[in-house]
Amino acid sequence: MKEQLQKDFYNSIKNLSLSQKDIEIKKFCLDNFIDKGFPNKKEEDWKFSDLNQIIKNNIGELSFYNDQASTNKVDTSVFVDGLEHNKIVFINGRIEKIDFEYEKKDQIEIIDQSETINEFENSNSLSDLNNAFTNKCFKILVKKGYQLAKPLIIYHTTNSKIWSKNINLRLNFELDKDSSLRLIDLFNDTSEKNFLNIFYNFELKENAVLKNYKLDKFDNKNIKYSFNNIDQDKNSISETFILSSGSNFSKNEINCNLNGVYASAFVNGVFSLNNDKHHEIRSIINHLTENTKSYQLIKSVLEQSSKAVYQGKIFVNSDAQKTDGYQLSKAILLNKESEFNAKPELEIYADDVKCSHGSASGSLNEDSIFYLMSRGLSYQQSRELLINGFLLDVVEKITDSEIKNLIKNMLGIKE
Amino acid sequence: MDNRQKEINNLKDYKYGFSTDIENIQAPKGLNEDVIKFISNIKKEPAWMLEFRLKAFERFKVLKEPDWQKPKFPKIDYQDLYYYSAPKSMKDKPKSLDELDPKLLETYKKLGIPLQEQARLNGIAVDAVFDSVSVATTFKDELTKQGIIFCPISEAIQNHPELVKKYLGSVIPTSDHFFATLNSAVFTDGSFVYIPEGVRCPMELSTYFRINASNTGQFERTLIIADKGSYVSYLEGCTAPMRDENQLHAANVELIALDDAEIKYSTVQNWYPGDQDGKGGIYNFVTKRGLCKGKNSKISWTQVETGSAITWKYPSCILKGDNSVGEFYSIAITNNHQKADTGTKMIHLGKNTKSKIISKGISAGSSDMTYRGLVDISSKAKNSTNYTQCDSLLMGNKCGAHTVPYIKNKNSESNIAHEATTSKISEEQLHYCQQRGLNPEEAVGLIVNGFCKEVLQQLPMEFAVEAQKLVGISLEGSVG
Repeated sequence: MKEQLQKDFYNSIKNLSLSQKDIEIKKFCLDNFIDKGFPNKKEEDWKFSDLNQIIKNNIGELSFYNDQASTNKVDTSVFVDGLEHNKIVFINGRIEKIDFEYEKKDQIEIIDQSETINEFENSNSLSDLNNAFTNKCFKILVKKGYQLAKPLIIYHTTNSKIWSKNINLRLNFELDKDSSLRLIDLFNDTSEKNFLNIFYNFELKENAVLKNYKLDKFDNKNIKYSFNNIDQDKNSISETFILSSGSNFSKNEINCNLNGVYASAFVNGVFSLNNDKHHEIRSIINHLTENTKSYQLIKSVLEQSSKAVYQGKIFVNSDAQKTDGYQLSKAILLNKESEFNAKPELEIYADDVKCSHGSASGSLNEDSIFYLMSRGLSYQQSRELLINGFLLDVVEKITDSEIKNLIKNMLGIKE
Repeated sequence: MDNRQKEINNLKDYKYGFSTDIENIQAPKGLNEDVIKFISNIKKEPAWMLEFRLKAFERFKVLKEPDWQKPKFPKIDYQDLYYYSAPKSMKDKPKSLDELDPKLLETYKKLGIPLQEQARLNGIAVDAVFDSVSVATTFKDELTKQGIIFCPISEAIQNHPELVKKYLGSVIPTSDHFFATLNSAVFTDGSFVYIPEGVRCPMELSTYFRINASNTGQFERTLIIADKGSYVSYLEGCTAPMRDENQLHAANVELIALDDAEIKYSTVQNWYPGDQDGKGGIYNFVTKRGLCKGKNSKISWTQVETGSAITWKYPSCILKGDNSVGEFYSIAITNNHQKADTGTKMIHLGKNTKSKIISKGISAGSSDMTYRGLVDISSKAKNSTNYTQCDSLLMGNKCGAHTVPYIKNKNSESNIAHEATTSKISEEQLHYCQQRGLNPEEAVGLIVNGFCKEVLQQLPMEFAVEAQKLVGISLEGSVG
């Protein structure tokens, strides 16, 4: 893999106009990655999902060079109907379109940040890989007091042109005081056997509101890793919803730093898995100052030999008195081959806090099925109704009604 | 009130902190094959036992000391320890209690452990382990009548080799983790219990551990076998003198429950915790593991952990037999600079297996406490259930309380429920108690005892009283 990495690396930087210093930084990141390789189960954070093995079994040899010169045609059929929205379109890892047609142009700034290297607190080798190979990176700045009229949808599309490739993406967002952004990540892949490595960094200033919905619904054979880093100032709110369903393997990581008082973070997730898919959500909420709040709810429905993993951590600094942290994960295992693993973790250094977590997993409740069947429903109907209700609980947590309906339709949840 | 104050003053300082001047026989310092042979030789062990030790030592040489635990400690120099230390008077084992060194008897009297049978507590048979050897076992005759074997393990190796050979290392093999393997290589003594088929042990069995010599590691090995349909309740208590250096205690405890058998294992651990600045104290790195081998068997662990500078242990249950039950009740209290990383493992292998975990952690001062647990339901363990509850109480903002549960469910017909909370004693509760005339310390004591009640009531009566006091004492001075 080392030779492949080095060869692809030089091919990639050849096409970029980088200063000597930037090349050196990228080279440094590459060497770090070569040194560490893909994360494996010996690392505590990857205990339940051995990425190195998964890539080996599903993809085999990866190549890292992406030809960024030729443009791809934007297929408008993938666009979401019935919801007016702004768009950013990624095709095979290349930004093809940025379109804020519904917004005031002077309130949003798009800054090219291709040279900056992102440093993440709990960096793993994937952030090095990302830093070494991303070649276009933008920062989207929402200016003070501006609230986007329409949601922004980022289309992550890959097509059958690519195969066994590693695609690295990076985006930075800054939400200035009193601004707000609704962001949907929509994955739509017709490609197979690629490894997507996505890093987002959000900076929320005072009173800013971020709502991020990550929707991976459509079946595909790719392997995805996505990392969100969210820094929150006073009174800011972040809401993250993850629909984890489509890819063969997917791991979503959320690292949220509650730096300002009265900041709050919400992480909600749904695993809806079948076949032998293997998905994971890992969240780390760092309560760093007093009077901060976090709430997490993760629900899983697992069919066939699928596997879901939830690792959630609430960290409370000794300054973070009056913290309120809550975390709940529930799973329904529908098949004897399916598997749910959880590691809900509390790390607390302050005494005046209210932190709790719960985790439950098991089969569908036979009593409930009996209740429904005795009222005339078939077994299949009762089962669907129960699963529906189980998942609806999470979807109802979505605060934006337009997007809530979109997601309900996507999941086929009826009210 | 006055009485209580006196009692507190009496108990406030670690009252077991004295050491006894007794002539010792020690193995040469350091760890090598010769030392292991020395231990084996002095105990007049058969060849298979020495082989067992050497096999473990071979394995130990390639193992690395684990470093994933939360409490970090300075590197232990394993070559700078004595692996065997015994009172000289024990060289030729005394035939009866009358022949025991009076100094030893006095020590145990000071500790409140009656070795003279006439001065006994109601129906508790005691095996006392002083440094590395078992010094006395009481009530042997009465137990022998029922066919119960309760003796030092070194004696069991001589007298009941077939049982020891069959079960020793069957739950904690010689190829286990670092500290367990070290123990397998150099263990010196400990208790052996065998309860024959269908016998309900008429009294509580108890082992009392005491570390006396300095620079000594204590490595005991306890093996309890409950044959079909039998029942035994076993207690374990520990103390050590106050010394400035840290002392290592790495014991192995193996429990085996056959069909329909039940073992109840209770520990009140009160090793010397170090002084207020965190100097000295025992490193308590113990491996405790129970195997529910037969159908309908049950193993229940209860622990009250108040001592040790660092406690690092996970009493576990392997639920192999169908319908077997595992339980874990724990109170862990850390104060000053104490650190604890403790919890349990429940490994469900058989059908219809059940496990229950109740863990209460209280941290005060600058201490740090971690609950780390594993619940693993394998794909064959149909219809299994687990319930876990771990609550933590924090006192003051310099301490930490952490919860790290690992939950693995591979069976759709099984259910796992896990709950954890962390909070402090609410002002309302304190106010309510104080309003009714309790002073703040009494109020906290009352609330904490209420918090721990679920676990305390699992302890045998004599222990429960002691444990309840211990809970109060451990938290002295942490309020306000």
